[in-house]
Amino acid sequence: MPGITREEVAHLARLARLELKAEELDHFAGQLDDIIGAVARVSEVADQDVPPTSHPLPLTNVMRVDEVRPSLTPQQALACAPAQEQQRFKVPQILGEE
Amino acid sequence: MTVTELVSYEDALAAYDPVMGLEVHVELGTKTKMFCGCSTALGAEPNTQTCPTCLGLPGSLPVVNATGVESAIKIGLALNCEIAEWCRFARKNYFYPDMPKNFQTSQYDEPIAYNGYLDVDVDGEVFRVEIERAHMEEDTGKSTHVGGATGRIHGAQHSLLDYNRAGIPLIEIVTKPIVGAGEKAPEVAKAYVTELRELIKSLGVSEARMEMGQMRCDVNLSLRPRGVEKFGTRSETKNVNSLRSVERAVRFEVQRHAAVLDDGGTIIQETRHFHEEDGSTTSGRVKEEAEDYRYFPEPDLVPVAPTRAWVEELRGGLPELPRVYRNRLREEWGLSRHEMQSVLNAGAIDLITATIDEGAPADQARKWWMGELARRANEDGVELAALPITPAQVARVCALVKEGSLNDKLARQTIEGVLAGEGGPDEVVTKRGLKVVSDEGALGTAVDEAIAANAAIADKIRGGKVAAAGALVGAVMKATRGQADAARVRELILEKLGVEG
Repeated sequence: MPGITREEVAHLARLARLELKAEELDHFAGQLDDIIGAVARVSEVADQDVPPTSHPLPLTNVMRVDEVRPSLTPQQALACAPAQEQQRFKVPQILGEE
Repeated sequence: MTVTELVSYEDALAAYDPVMGLEVHVELGTKTKMFCGCSTALGAEPNTQTCPTCLGLPGSLPVVNATGVESAIKIGLALNCEIAEWCRFARKNYFYPDMPKNFQTSQYDEPIAYNGYLDVDVDGEVFRVEIERAHMEEDTGKSTHVGGATGRIHGAQHSLLDYNRAGIPLIEIVTKPIVGAGEKAPEVAKAYVTELRELIKSLGVSEARMEMGQMRCDVNLSLRPRGVEKFGTRSETKNVNSLRSVERAVRFEVQRHAAVLDDGGTIIQETRHFHEEDGSTTSGRVKEEAEDYRYFPEPDLVPVAPTRAWVEELRGGLPELPRVYRNRLREEWGLSRHEMQSVLNAGAIDLITATIDEGAPADQARKWWMGELARRANEDGVELAALPITPAQVARVCALVKEGSLNDKLARQTIEGVLAGEGGPDEVVTKRGLKVVSDEGALGTAVDEAIAANAAIADKIRGGKVAAAGALVGAVMKATRGQADAARVRELILEKLGVEG
């Protein structure tokens, strides 16, 4: 059975930009362990003759001709932006505490 | 941050062997983005070329651009790669506002092309650069950092994002570790990127203009003590965006690594920023591990499985490769490998070819583009092709010289006039009154005067010192303000003095 450590949960939380409290780290370590364990059991059942599935449809080569289609107007594109400036999406400071 | 005194390049090379890895991103010249139908035209107003797919809005679905895949296969074939029979896209997950989806659609362990090579010319010798892979991905949006001192991300208060570029098809071409270049590592790196650019252009899949960001290079470099097999820790210098900078970045990193290692320090695996002003690099962020990107197969796209028939059809349609083409031209033009390398580096091959096509002799076409015009381009800090003169105009100047209407000096003045926007060669010649004095009567008078004014020299020539005629030619040229055909003047002088040439 795979074991997931508290440190690994903290690392994943950082990658996902989630702020977790100490007790939450323990809590999610247990939950993630259960999930990974469940997936591992499926992997055990699926032998080498069952390839991993990344897509449910047996399709390949779905492609589009290189022809321009209308875009959104900048007003539409920016409609849901929490903040904007100079017709651009305005985002908070990128390099902060790091 | 500690500043380490650089080690001289020679000392660094005496102690260490450089190993390089080059990653080049090429923006394809498709009309639309990789996964949606938004236009890729340059210079549009911010956020006018976006849609729900490239903005990563919920419910949107990507569809692969067929021309993007075709271009990727062409690049792979031209790089002597194997083409995958079946491959997938993957999500590269990271939080950074340049990708509104919070992931970049890329390829991970199943690139469309792998295991190839590109032969490059370095100092007249062939150096083979092995290619690890070429994979398809998409470009990111463009950030403008506000509030920092120099528009840099450090110290910025906030950033502004334009997503017109987000989703434009990119092909990332990664070399295997380049070993054995030794002291020529900087030249090899530059030659590789130059050759790759020529290759991409010849395939017609991108204009690959580095100054426009259509082609960008990351330079990985490590040093290992001479005689040691194991590679050292590498640094990754990002966004080295001109051929000259590629060479400088390699050289700088060699010297920096050597300094750190000589001091008994260790190289940190990190990304570094290149500074165009002085050719230095500074520390960026500590590099993520690949697993931090949590790559997984993109569930919204189905696999790409190029049929062998399609691949062979594309292979059959590949143009003559640039090196082969250049070698053919080199022989036609009668140049050494070194001279041809200079022509390549100057970006003059197409211009010279076009000038020859317009009727100019090869040596004349090369002479003007590599001489006067290259000098001007260099002075003005522009690409040769950006000079306001066409190959047809250069060919016309060559024709005027050939028919004797212009001599070398007048031809230079004519070109100067064209560059100054005074019109085509014929117009400039008329406006500036640059015709060679070909009126035999006027020329004869000028020769007579020169002989009369330089009796002593004339006597020497009569006495058989033909070489002394140069002084009289000079006097005539001066009298005609340079507008005479020097060869004809010399003939007239010798004729009048009754001496055989």
